[in-house]
Order: sequence, then structure tokens, then C-alpha cells
Amino acid sequence: MSDAAPPPVVALAGVTKRYNNGTLAVQGLDLRIARGSFNSLLGPSGCGKSTVLRMIAGLEPPTSGTVAWPEAGRPSLGFVFQDPTLMPWRTALDNVALPLRLAHVPKPERHRRAHAMLALVGLSEAAGSYPRELSGGMRMRVSIARALVTEPELLLLDEPFAALDEITRFRLNNDLLRLWEARRFTAIFVTHSIFESVYLSGRVVVMAARPGRLHADIALDAPARRDEAFRTSPAYAALCRTVSDALEKAMAA
Amino acid sequence: MSDAPAPRRNWARVLAPLLVGLLALGAWEAAIRHFAVPAYVLPGPVAIAQTLAADGGSLVASLLVTLRTTVLALLLAVATGVALAVLFSQSRWVEMTFLPYAVMLQVTPVVAIAPLIIIWVNDVQAALLICAWLVAFFPIVSNTTIGLNSTDRNLLDLYRLLGASRWQTLVQLRLPAALPFFLAGLRISGGLALIGAIVAEFVAGTGGASSGLAYRILEAGYQLQIPRMFAALALISLSGAAIFLALSLVSHLLLRRWHESALRAER
Repeated sequence: MSDAAPPPVVALAGVTKRYNNGTLAVQGLDLRIARGSFNSLLGPSGCGKSTVLRMIAGLEPPTSGTVAWPEAGRPSLGFVFQDPTLMPWRTALDNVALPLRLAHVPKPERHRRAHAMLALVGLSEAAGSYPRELSGGMRMRVSIARALVTEPELLLLDEPFAALDEITRFRLNNDLLRLWEARRFTAIFVTHSIFESVYLSGRVVVMAARPGRLHADIALDAPARRDEAFRTSPAYAALCRTVSDALEKAMAA
Repeated sequence: MSDAPAPRRNWARVLAPLLVGLLALGAWEAAIRHFAVPAYVLPGPVAIAQTLAADGGSLVASLLVTLRTTVLALLLAVATGVALAVLFSQSRWVEMTFLPYAVMLQVTPVVAIAPLIIIWVNDVQAALLICAWLVAFFPIVSNTTIGLNSTDRNLLDLYRLLGASRWQTLVQLRLPAALPFFLAGLRISGGLALIGAIVAEFVAGTGGASSGLAYRILEAGYQLQIPRMFAALALISLSGAAIFLALSLVSHLLLRRWHESALRAER
């Protein structure tokens, strides 16, 4: 899990974000994300983890410090919001095809690619359905398919499964891992769930709140194949324990 | 995916108001007969229906004139209202500058300014159209502006992230998101356009073959043909209800697949 050798996909240096109302959301954050890695940003609410994600996405500029792309400039991005954030007047297929449509990809091709992406998240049958006809978990799958349809190099996820029930959440965790294994994009996953961060990622960055700052950076030595067996293994429990201790210290700090 | 209507519920929705209406009309007729109220004070439904049957033709011809003004005013209100709302949504400054004037136009009673407009504008038809448009356009501006401004923040962020142009964001995101709001405004404006047209006709009081239904009411009033007056009133009410129903149908057809307001109770 060494992220020293190849250049990182994105490097944050001394990033500080102060909002107009004076709130210091993030202070002096240094963070380098290795290509192809799966990273979790973990922390209590108000620790600025979503703000970090929005700054990486370019949705908000940092007040000071830099967000740099050492490799060939900013890579293509996919962003998954906490809510599915689908257009209710469009079918699942058209929602998935949105990034292609905005990029003026011709209709036959964008439909073909959107169909393929829907199949990959197991929603082939739902292509013609409108968001309100889908369950919460299915909507989130559509949202993930939309983020991946452009085959981005960097996928940013902002607590995407926070509103889902646990069973759906487990299933989507597995789906996300499968997609990551197949596509090997770089992932930054914001969450406040210890279990989720440990299950998904090779690296957990623990943040402390008020002001939001980096507290601990934990490389997880976990098996390459993560599945239900891993979820119930002592190794998983031990890793959760490590991360939980770090989070506890972060909340006391 | 369930397009199948719920027939039983639809029956009740038509039958219940119809039954209440028939009962009320029956009570009205019975009261007229029982108390022997003369027709020049208050005609009963039967007398009104007879008048409608006997010389409904001239009334309907006048109604069509009024409805033409109404429909034109509504179309004009939609065009100007949506254009203005889009302008407002593009810049806070434009909204701050012009919204107070839109509100002032709305709160000024048409009855008060209709005479002025009729004096200023030579063509009577055009004057009537302006009056009806004045009352009809505000709900459309106001509702559409709210709709355009209440677009999901995350979706706006997503469009920005995907590098969408201002035009793409407007046409593919903000306008569809504003559609339910616009349609709610349209339903209000439909009725208001009719009222505006009739009020203006009252004020204008124009005669001749091409005059609207309001003039028929005035005329019948002068001649103490009270049942005819009521017949004209009934036509206006029915037209207003028809306009509302038609616009509700349009709204339902446009929103039925995706918007909460058009959901049938199906679960």
C-alpha cells in the first residue's frame, strides 16, 4: 500500500477552506491519492470530509493551499452524491446517459453505453423506468452507473449509501467493489461508517472535526478478495478495531 | 409502468360533484316554485335552461368571442411569463429590478386600469387582450420563477461538473424541473384570463356583432331579461370550469410518469 513510488493522481497541499460565514471547514490538509487505489475519508459529521471531496471535484475552490494533478492534468471525474440526484422526468437509461448527452455523444452510442452500464449494475430491466418507480437501492445503482458511464479515472463518492438500509448497503458495497476490481479507477469514498470504510478500502484517512483536519492515515492490510467471508472474519474485526480506535482519538482531539 | 386507470375512483370523482350539483339545482327550483319568486328577481334553473335552449345561439356566438380573447391572452401570458421568468432566473439583478413592477401590475385592479387601456389603445380587441393578459401573466411569471430557482442543488452541481453550458442547463435541467410549478400557475392563469377578458368587456361595453358575453349580460340587464342574464352567467361558469379541466388534463398528461402531484393512489 505504498503510495510513494508512482506520482499520485491528485495531491492536496496545505488545503484550507473557510466559508464566507467564517466557519473553518478544513485546515492545512495534505493528502496524496495513489492511482488505482480505493480510499475512504472517515470522520464525524462536520469534519469537512464532504468539503474535501467538493474541492477535489472543483465544485469549490480552496481558500488557501493547492489541489494539484501531478499526472497529465485533471483526469475524468465521476461524482456520486449522497442522494441519487436523478432527474425524475427522465428514465433510468436517460439519466445514465446524461454525461454523454452533455458531451454531445450521438444518441445510438450513448444509449449503447448506458445500456451496458445499466447491465453492469444489474438494472437492465429498469432501463425504461422512471426514478419514482425504482427502490432506493436501485436509484443509487442508477446514480453509480451514471458516474461510471464516462469511464472516469477518478470516482468521488459522498456518503452514497448513508440513506439505505443495511441489507441494500451490503449488496451495493459488494457491487461497488466488483466494479472497482473490473475497472480499477481511483476511488475516494466519504463515509461516517467504520465498517464500510474498512470493508471497501485499502486506505482509510481519518479526519478530526472543528476545524476539519487529517488525524490518522491507515493503510489496511486486507485480502484482495473482499466478500461476506471477509466481513465475518477476525481479520476484519481487528481492522475495524484499529480504525475505530483512531476515530475515537480523532473525536477526542 | 402502470398506465391502467382506476375506473371506480374516476366514476366517484365525476358522480359525486354531479350529484351535489343536481341536488342544489333541484332545491333551487323547488324554492322558486314554493315561494313563487318572480323570474325578474331570481329565475329557476328550468327557466334558465329554457332560455338557453331558445336563444342560446346568440349567446354562444358571444361566448366564442370572449373565449377567443381568453385563449389569446393566455397564450400571450405563457409566452411573456416564461420568457420573463427565464430572464429572472439568469440574473438576481434582473429579478431584483423588475419583480416589484410585475407585482405592481398584478395588484392594480384591472377594473381600475381597463378604462385607461381602452382609451389609449384604439383597437378594442387589442385593449381587451391587454387587460386579460395583465391578470393572467403574473401567476405564470411567479410560479415559473420559483420553479426555475428551486432546481435541485446537487443536480446543478452535477451539470457544472459535467461541463454543461448555460443553455444545456436551462433547457435540460431548469425548465423541466420548473414544469410542475409552471403548470400549477397555468391552471390559475386560465381562470384569470377568462375573468380578465369579461371584466374588460364590461368596462368597454362595446356593442355590435363582435362583442363578447359580458356585453350580452349588460344588455340583458338593461332589458330586465333576467333569465337570459343567468344563462350567460351559466355559460361563463361552465367555460371557466372547462378551461380548468382542460389545463388539469394537460398537466396530468405531462407529469403522470414522474411527478408526485400526478401520482395515483396505487400503493
